[in-house]
Amino acid sequence: MVVLKDNEFKKKFSFNNIVGTQYIFVALILLLCTLLFGILGAFQYVIPGLFRNIFSFEKVRPLHVSSAVFWILLSACGVVNNYLASVKGKLWSNKLYIWQWYLFIIAILTILVSYFFGIFGGREYWEFSPVLAIPIITAWIFFIINVFKSIGNFHNQPVYIWMWMTGVVFFLFTFLESYLWLIPAFRTNVVKDMTIQWKSYGSMVGGWNMLIYGSSIYLLDKISGTEKYSYSKIAFALYFLGLFNLMFNWGHHIYTLPIPKYIQYISYAVSMTELLLLGRIIYNWKTSINTAKKHYHILSYRFLVAADVWILLTLLLAIAMSIPAINIYTHGTHITVAHTMGATIGINSFLLLSFVFDIFNIHKQKTIHTITAGLYVTLAALFIFWLSLIIAGILKANWQMNHYNTIPFGVMMHTLQPYFISFLIAGIIASIGIFIIVFTLFNHNIKQKS
Amino acid sequence: MSDKIKVFVLLGLLFLFFGYSFYLYKLNYSPENSATALADKGKKLWQAKNCGACHQIYGLGGYLGPDLTNIYSTRSKEHIKAFLHTGTNIMPAFNLNDSEVSQIVAYLKSIDATGIAAPSRLKIKNDGSIER
Ligand code: HEC
Ligand code: HEM
Repeated sequence: MVVLKDNEFKKKFSFNNIVGTQYIFVALILLLCTLLFGILGAFQYVIPGLFRNIFSFEKVRPLHVSSAVFWILLSACGVVNNYLASVKGKLWSNKLYIWQWYLFIIAILTILVSYFFGIFGGREYWEFSPVLAIPIITAWIFFIINVFKSIGNFHNQPVYIWMWMTGVVFFLFTFLESYLWLIPAFRTNVVKDMTIQWKSYGSMVGGWNMLIYGSSIYLLDKISGTEKYSYSKIAFALYFLGLFNLMFNWGHHIYTLPIPKYIQYISYAVSMTELLLLGRIIYNWKTSINTAKKHYHILSYRFLVAADVWILLTLLLAIAMSIPAINIYTHGTHITVAHTMGATIGINSFLLLSFVFDIFNIHKQKTIHTITAGLYVTLAALFIFWLSLIIAGILKANWQMNHYNTIPFGVMMHTLQPYFISFLIAGIIASIGIFIIVFTLFNHNIKQKS
Repeated sequence: MSDKIKVFVLLGLLFLFFGYSFYLYKLNYSPENSATALADKGKKLWQAKNCGACHQIYGLGGYLGPDLTNIYSTRSKEHIKAFLHTGTNIMPAFNLNDSEVSQIVAYLKSIDATGIAAPSRLKIKNDGSIER
């Protein structure tokens, strides 16, 4: 059982609200879309030319990636809205909250439909026409107003409140920054254009991670029954370290561009400070497992632990890729994809799901068993999925470095087939695991309603 | 940690971040790469057709197709045109008209000016950094 310190704690952490649930429902559907389009894309790797004329990779990839990004953003907004309503008793404005949701839904639906018809105009990750960024920006401004007004002031706030405030603002700034290409002065020099593009993306991911990691600290407080951590010096030190990295560590995307060398050094040096985060995770490993194990929040807890494992794997890979001498090999290969999907599935999605279980208040044994089974299937398959991409990446790295001019691209891709096949099969199994989790969640809620 | 210190650290970081950002906005990046009006149209076409879903430039993009950073200097214009016309067993035929092909070629040319696709052309230094 949770040991609650006092009435205040109870009020702050066991407020049972349904704020954010409509965000989460749509987000979960987007998660299922992500899986479907991901599998389709992987099939196109294994069967070259599949659906070449009607539904080829230039449609499937953005459908997959945008569904993934919107699953993460929409559920993160839902969770932050929910937790904020818990902490503060209620949100500042219900109207803004509803309008944020409507704008998101309209934008996301239009974006996905436009991809189906092959209407693009944006760039990687935001391939839709720039006009569709307007509802997203507006929705996000509503979100910022609601977050700041609900919080009220800076005085003596726990670290997760700082993280939410930072996350919402940085997301907006970097999202706007990623549209600077609309101005010719930014667009017409390809090196400048790509530098600013990847600068903004690097920080943007840091921005949504602030929302997600902040929520996980809130949830850990709730599970452990004490708020000691979220007011501690170490929590704030790590928050500032994270912020520092979000601001300056994005250079690894563009090491190979003709940019001034100090950009490389800044990013390289800043990324190495992440070793401190890594050290802390390993140090905390045992204690976090022992204390929370028998808890009432077992499902959320299991997903938090799963995410912890993936934080470790992803950070190891990320730190390696931040060293230019290693990046020169990994850049342009599927190792990058392994890193991105490892992070968005293993860390972001697992953490977000752990918040969802908490918000949906799942305590029925049978539901817990089914979801746990889904988690184990996903975890095992995800590891093979990730390894397949890394092996394919290593082979491609070797080709890029040593046989670029002698072995044609098509021949090289052919030799990677076995790893693409294991990637596909593991991806399908992982998707089944995630499907079981999402389906059980839906079922649980429908039953609870009736 | 008192609120004062936190706000102070936050403002310090924000100052550095925005300073660095605006500095990078103003920086004069390799002028060899400055695109002509034709290349600029090519870039927009590249985005409108989402070539980047399968192709990388400077190693960035999707990975189903090859990196095209240096395609301009390694292949002829006719070669590029032929691919765009017929496609491959994976790449759809885009049926671009002649002026659209010239735009794409101009765009690829502006990238080729300094871009390096083959990493073996970069030097690895002892401190772990890389140089062109
Ligand atoms: C569905 C994926 C896909 C899309 C979309 C796509 N390509 Fe391709 N492209 C490929 C593949 C695969 C190859 C063939 C590589 C091989 O087998 O050598 C290729 C080859 C090429 C080549 C020849 C490369 C060489 O080394 O000879 C050029 C040039 C090219 N594509 C340009 C484009 C342009 C421009 C666009 C956008 C209008 C585009 N491609 C869109 C997949 C795609
Ligand atoms: C929650 C689940 C998933 C999330 C959040 C996710 C997210 C992503 C992201 C962010 C990318 C872009 C990678 C990059 O640019 O580096 C990507 C690419 C991709 N994903 Fe996923 N993914 C998921 C599941 C899957 C599954 C189950 C499969 C297949 C079985 C899959 C197949 C692919 C493919 C083929 C690509 C494109 C690789 C390329 O660029 O050539 N994904 N995914």
